[in-house]
Amino acid sequence: MVFDLTEEQRMIQDMARSFAQKEVLPKAAELDETGRFPEELVRKMADLGLMGVAVPEEYGGAGMDNICYVIAMEEIARACASTSVILSVNNSLACDPILKFGSEEQRRGTLVPLASGKHLGCFGLTEPGAGSDAGSQKTTAIRNGSRYIVNGTKNFITNAPHADTCILFAMTDKEKGHKGITAFILDMKAKGVTVGKNEKKLGISASATASIILEDVEIPEENRLANEGDGFKVAMHTLDGGRIGIAAQAIGIARASLEGALAYAKERKQFGQPIANFQAIQWMLADMATEIDASRLLAYRAAWLKDRNARHSKESSMAKLYASETAMRASVKGIQIHGGYGYIKEYPAERHFRDAKITEIYEGTSEIQRLVISAALLKDG
Amino acid sequence: MTFLLSEEQAQIRDMVRSLARKEFAPNAAEIDEQGRYPEENMKLLAELGLLGMLIPASHGGSEAGPVAYNLALAEVARGCASTGVGMAATNMVGETIARFGTEEQKRRFLPALASGTGGGAFALTEPAAGSDAFGIATVAVPDGADYVLNGGKAFITNGTCASVTIVMAVTRKEPEKRISAFLVEPQTRGWFSGKPERKMGLKGSNTVSLSFDDCRIPKGNLLGKEGEGFRIAMNALDGGRVGIASQSVGIARAALDAAISFARERKQFGQPLSEFQAIQWMMADSATDLDAAELLALRAAYHQETGRPFTREASIAKVFATEAAYRACHRAVQIHGGYGYIREYPVERHLRDVKVTSIYEGTSEIQRVIIARDLLREGCR
Repeated sequence: MVFDLTEEQRMIQDMARSFAQKEVLPKAAELDETGRFPEELVRKMADLGLMGVAVPEEYGGAGMDNICYVIAMEEIARACASTSVILSVNNSLACDPILKFGSEEQRRGTLVPLASGKHLGCFGLTEPGAGSDAGSQKTTAIRNGSRYIVNGTKNFITNAPHADTCILFAMTDKEKGHKGITAFILDMKAKGVTVGKNEKKLGISASATASIILEDVEIPEENRLANEGDGFKVAMHTLDGGRIGIAAQAIGIARASLEGALAYAKERKQFGQPIANFQAIQWMLADMATEIDASRLLAYRAAWLKDRNARHSKESSMAKLYASETAMRASVKGIQIHGGYGYIKEYPAERHFRDAKITEIYEGTSEIQRLVISAALLKDG
Repeated sequence: MTFLLSEEQAQIRDMVRSLARKEFAPNAAEIDEQGRYPEENMKLLAELGLLGMLIPASHGGSEAGPVAYNLALAEVARGCASTGVGMAATNMVGETIARFGTEEQKRRFLPALASGTGGGAFALTEPAAGSDAFGIATVAVPDGADYVLNGGKAFITNGTCASVTIVMAVTRKEPEKRISAFLVEPQTRGWFSGKPERKMGLKGSNTVSLSFDDCRIPKGNLLGKEGEGFRIAMNALDGGRVGIASQSVGIARAALDAAISFARERKQFGQPLSEFQAIQWMMADSATDLDAAELLALRAAYHQETGRPFTREASIAKVFATEAAYRACHRAVQIHGGYGYIREYPVERHLRDVKVTSIYEGTSEIQRVIIARDLLREGCR
């Protein structure tokens, strides 16, 4: 057991931290206020190799491990949660399934531009009627010779308005339920693809979230990812990785809350002394720091298992569940420590609170994570 | 960063796990019921080198190191919490003498601790000095070749079965209070022990008060330099706290094991309890909490093993693990319903046993103060 970061891991931490501090953090409030998609930051992150951190270099990525990915995500999220989710969707939900399940042609053709950041990816699983119950897909893909004709609607798709490529899920055999789901690599410029309007959200305002409407969209057979009927497996495996990214995002948000609260508590005076002198405040700070450390170790462990190609569903769910709920609690405490100022947009505390909320919901709600964990416990003890 | 145990660490963990399952767990209820000191368990631990895990081989120890020690301690506590605390106290005393003792002191005291001829005890707490440890009143006055010890200690684990007790006493009151550490043997004249305390849990552990009435300690039994006692105590407690974190994880894992098997068997409304989400969630939360707790404890042990300061890590591990363990034991009782309240099942014992882990070796409140102070000084990490 070694709890030190490797040289490479320390290097990406320094690099991502300084980039986030200098380039991302100064824009975070403005991005939140305007809901503007940070195109320029995505380009810079691509230059730094952050759009495909754990993708091998031969496929356009940075060729690092998943702990590096967690580290990079934490640093970007600590500066701006909106920017970090753009990153996590591209890394975990677009690149990773192609790397794992794609053919060599798919890797060369689609993964290389995604991992190098030339293209942006999105992930089309959720539908208006299929949230936690992801197996109940209504979107259909009917085979017609060497093509599939796809019809349906996906919603809450992060990155959709700016994406070049979508990992899309659709029913190829309704009779078989979730075993009739198939995954596809969809070119977002294909005929019949319409992106809905950008959703207005509680937080992560600058990430673009929209529905995708599919009307008689033709997807060539060679863009099917894995076999017919493998889609649910592809989705679940992909989310196992994605949840590690969201855990890292949550850790970044929680750390931002703690850092803001620490600085404020040292400066703010009440009853003739800095509020940091009061045990009530000290305890909140201590609990925030403790829970952040626990979250980080859970996320690193899940990433480490993924790097070893070991099973990590339970561990990813634990990391996501714990980290996201930590982010929520930490950001509430962050506001509380700021008092009235915590409620005012001049300070970032309220943004952290709004941003944190989504981490308990997307890529599997806390409720779904608890189901995954308890199912694994009951199966394996 | 790697979460892989070394071969030796994995071997020790597996060996102790099977020992605790076969030898300790079956008698744990009886030991609790009788309030009997588990002599036979301590003997087994000694034979396997588990009482001197932090003592160099040159002095009879197995020098397995803090990580292996914490893995072992968790497994012992999973079988029998009372045995776990006896093991923890002896190892902590061994580690402290190995670190601060003279060659002569190590030669005199360490082999007995490692071989289990006599346990170790650590006497800091006094009736009026609990969390305010610096407020101790026991005094040691130099007189010729001796120090003369007067005062009283409270709640001393292993107090009557120790071959050596590290006693903290005031050697200077003014202008600045100074505390020194002494190695005291029980047969010394003027050394008295009270009757075993009757406790809520950990009933098999030996907890007594000690009093010193003109008890003469040879100057050769001063541990470290005069005035170094408080530093020695805080140092010992850093390691001790990691141990208590591991002990609490062990107890709670036993409770979670019991809860899972009960939930599988027990039927209500025509199906096993484990089919209900309310029960699944409790188990998922306990498992997540305990994994995080274990990782925090092992991280702190790793810092200790690699010779770095680990005060913050130790306090984070202790406050998180002991509170997580308490929640897990509490949930286990709840999952058992009425049976959880009945002695036929082990979970009410687990709940009683685990409660003290948030109290001894520094309450949760003290841990939070330590964490907050370090945070305010050093910032986030």
